[in-house]
Amino acid sequence: MREVLSVSETSGKISVNCVVNGDAVTLAAYPLARLLDVLREELRLTGTKEGCGEGECGACSVIINGELVNSCLVPVAQVRGAEIKTIEGVASGEQLDAVQEAFIECGGAQCGICTPGMVLAALNLLEQIPQPTEADIREGLAGNLCRCTGYMKIFESVVRACERTGAGS
Amino acid sequence: MATNKNSNGFRRNDGNNADANGKDLKVVGKPFRKVDARAKCTGQTKFADDIVLPRMLYAKLLRSHEPHAIIKSIDTSKAEALPGVLAVITGKDLPIPYGILPVSQDEHPLCVDRVRFIGDPVAAVAAIDEDTAFEAMNLIEVEYEKLQTITSIEEAVLIDEPRIHDYGEGGNVHKSVHLEFGDLDEGFAQADLVREDVFFYEGNTHLPMEQHAAVAHYDSDDKLTLWTSTQTPHYVHRALAKTLGMRAAHIRVIATPNGGGFGGKSDPFNHEIVVCELSRRTRRPVKVTLTREEVFYCHRGRHPVLMKIKTGVKKDGAITAMDFESFLDGGAYGSYGVASTFYTGALQTVTYDVPRYRFKGLRAFTNKPPCGPKRGHGTPQPRFGLEVQLDKLAEELKLDPAEMRLKHLAPPNSVTANYLRIGSMGLGKCIEKVVKGSDWKNKHRKLPFGKGVGLACSSYICGAGLPIYWNNMPHSGVQLALDRQGGVRIQCGSIDIGQGSDSILAYIVAEVLGIDPFDIRVLTADTDLTPVDLGSYSSRVTLMTGNAALQAAERARELLSIAVAEKLCTPVENLSFADRRVFDVENPETGVTFAEAVVLAESKFGTIGTVGSYTPPRSPGKFKGAGVGPSPAYSYSAAIAEVDVDAETGFVTVERVWIGHDIGRSINPMLVMGQVEGGVYMGLGEALMEEMIYRANRNAVHKFPSMLEYKSPTTLEMCDVLTYLVEDADPNGPFGAKEVGQGPLLPVMPAVANAVYDAVGVRVDEVPITPEKVLAALRAKARGKEARFGPTGVPAVEWPDALKVLTPAEGGDGKEMPRVAVHS
Repeated sequence: MREVLSVSETSGKISVNCVVNGDAVTLAAYPLARLLDVLREELRLTGTKEGCGEGECGACSVIINGELVNSCLVPVAQVRGAEIKTIEGVASGEQLDAVQEAFIECGGAQCGICTPGMVLAALNLLEQIPQPTEADIREGLAGNLCRCTGYMKIFESVVRACERTGAGS
Repeated sequence: MATNKNSNGFRRNDGNNADANGKDLKVVGKPFRKVDARAKCTGQTKFADDIVLPRMLYAKLLRSHEPHAIIKSIDTSKAEALPGVLAVITGKDLPIPYGILPVSQDEHPLCVDRVRFIGDPVAAVAAIDEDTAFEAMNLIEVEYEKLQTITSIEEAVLIDEPRIHDYGEGGNVHKSVHLEFGDLDEGFAQADLVREDVFFYEGNTHLPMEQHAAVAHYDSDDKLTLWTSTQTPHYVHRALAKTLGMRAAHIRVIATPNGGGFGGKSDPFNHEIVVCELSRRTRRPVKVTLTREEVFYCHRGRHPVLMKIKTGVKKDGAITAMDFESFLDGGAYGSYGVASTFYTGALQTVTYDVPRYRFKGLRAFTNKPPCGPKRGHGTPQPRFGLEVQLDKLAEELKLDPAEMRLKHLAPPNSVTANYLRIGSMGLGKCIEKVVKGSDWKNKHRKLPFGKGVGLACSSYICGAGLPIYWNNMPHSGVQLALDRQGGVRIQCGSIDIGQGSDSILAYIVAEVLGIDPFDIRVLTADTDLTPVDLGSYSSRVTLMTGNAALQAAERARELLSIAVAEKLCTPVENLSFADRRVFDVENPETGVTFAEAVVLAESKFGTIGTVGSYTPPRSPGKFKGAGVGPSPAYSYSAAIAEVDVDAETGFVTVERVWIGHDIGRSINPMLVMGQVEGGVYMGLGEALMEEMIYRANRNAVHKFPSMLEYKSPTTLEMCDVLTYLVEDADPNGPFGAKEVGQGPLLPVMPAVANAVYDAVGVRVDEVPITPEKVLAALRAKARGKEARFGPTGVPAVEWPDALKVLTPAEGGDGKEMPRVAVHS
């Protein structure tokens, strides 16, 4: 069989300017390409995971303009001019976010595949409700499925992160 | 070196984290973070689907939309002609069958002449991108000749033709077993009360958050590497060598961190073999990532099991005999099914004293996705039936179900009627903890209508006593390499599926060598670089790899001790390893750093590396079928569930679960608690909502192969969990440790069912306990009928003659009795 080296780059791709983890980027993609795939394949930001492809599990969660979104449901054409945060943008260099530290200390990550989405959901929750009640935590993370932990250690992690940030501020 | 020669020496002093010699443990028993936690929390862990190689192609498998049919023809010409397609293969390109068990080599990477369930793959494509592969897949034309579809246990035992497979016990019965331990008639004659109950446990699936993915690279030196999300790289390695007709030495399997396994990644899978073949043909790397829908069809999940249990008891609840029948809906292939069948009849005897026991088990083939091992493998179903039946027996005998169980526990250090050797046995303490913690005595039968509590117990193996293919080699091997700058590398074939097995290796080696667990590099699950470990299944990893790691570390410590003792002119037995130092306990300032100790040892002995391995003890059972059930140790759990049942809607809310788990010893209590909570969570899903069900009208298509419709508990449904760990070191566990990955799931379903009864007085003898079933039972009760929902009978089948074994109490030697020829 013949060797095919690449597909044509001309067929209908658009360019999308947006900010990903603080960096301005120009993405070349089909307009209906899923943001999830563009992040993973064009930008090699593989921390964003696919768990279902239908917006049900939250493994592909990213934060777009301050809102927690399932990136598998977002056509890339919709993120023109948007500010996107993925798991790779949560730590500042060596310094992990308090939420990440808390997940590490409390055993909030088991297999780790839901963890990026879960960390972003927790961050987003704490941004909106800095001192959440248990009901707030359950509600805030309800869009993110985890099959390993039974969520208990994740709840603990969020509480620990609150204590941390509360003590620090 | 005198101290801690082997794991048997370790005993936990109550409330004091010290070993047999009173030495404080620095790592074991402490809640250290996992060695891979930072990578997981920053999204840096590389799962199989995250791997991208230069010139990589993408594969898609065309799957049958017919549940049972003969493949008349396959036309791949249009797919081959599509630009961007590099290879198209069908069943004839990979004709050698495989299967996880040597007795069930009934799968092909791509179906050769027949499809057996919707989702069975018939062809595969490799193309330059996923879209092209998908397009090409849809251009493949398959002509099928439909066959009659068999969709249930009842149909499978009635319909002999067509046969789904041409092996097994005849017709569509895959496996049929009949074991008898002791004189059942005598046992039932001694009983004051005999109950017979029928239960059904619907099938469900693992639903790992990670969709299976694999990347194969057949390189120009004719060596093949497969990166895959598997729990059993060693078995995949063997299956690849067989189906590809390659020397195993030319194949390297690297298991990538599993994004959840739960048993669902324990079989060698067709897509793994297919990408290897596509890579061999194209000489380019090939990746496949299953869609979520495909994961539902590939699942190998929990078998649906129909059960009939007859149990005789004395007035005080002592069991005199138990007769257990199980019928497993196996789906379309063998998978682990023969083992699953035996497991539905194995562990009934290790919780309470069962002096006489009979087991009849049958697994049927049906045209549905094949079932296999899911967390608890074959034991949650019988455990559900057994624990609900005990609740009914206690009710009839007017006994407290907790007291009744406590009174008749199987004794520690004993051999059961079916020849399972029990070592440590902490179930009594587990029951006491949850009874106290939940205020059981003031709640059971005392809460207002709609509120209830239920208790159930369970046990699970700490690793299967036998490997999947017969051999006398160790089940787990560990190599240690010591670097002269103080680093230590652990190599082991085990695979971390999220349970923390990489970390357990590091903690144990760090403890023995007195170093920091984070100074250790853990290299696992690579068949080129790591000694064989059989895989992450049967809750075997902590006990088996732990013992192998302990042995390797103790051997390294011995070498270092000799060299350091010589240097310090100190007796070897005076040396202690702690805080990255090796020093004289009587004179702690006299010592060397760990790195210096390695230098001394390397100067004396040459390059320092040690190995350790672990083989489970021989089982006392010698009869045919005795291979399933034996384990070096058994963990125990007791759970109490508190529920709220809305009698108007039938909706069950589990408010809290108290669970006691006999862990032997926690290597890391934080990870143990995480496993317990995760087990309770998964049990909650099975108890209330999770089910693999298929549309009727013979097409056997999955009703809802999506996360949207297959309901699993979210943060909103998850109940509170109060965990109590019981730590009585088991002599066979490393530092006394037993399993926790699977056991704590088991008591949850029956505890919830028993709590529903306590709340509204109806029995739902079936899981999941959905609102419709609760309402149906409530309606039956209101009409004066039996206040119950559940199956009413089991199929009448002809069982093979019983294989009879005298129990240990009857003076048996573990061998089957000679069959007496009886002709009627």
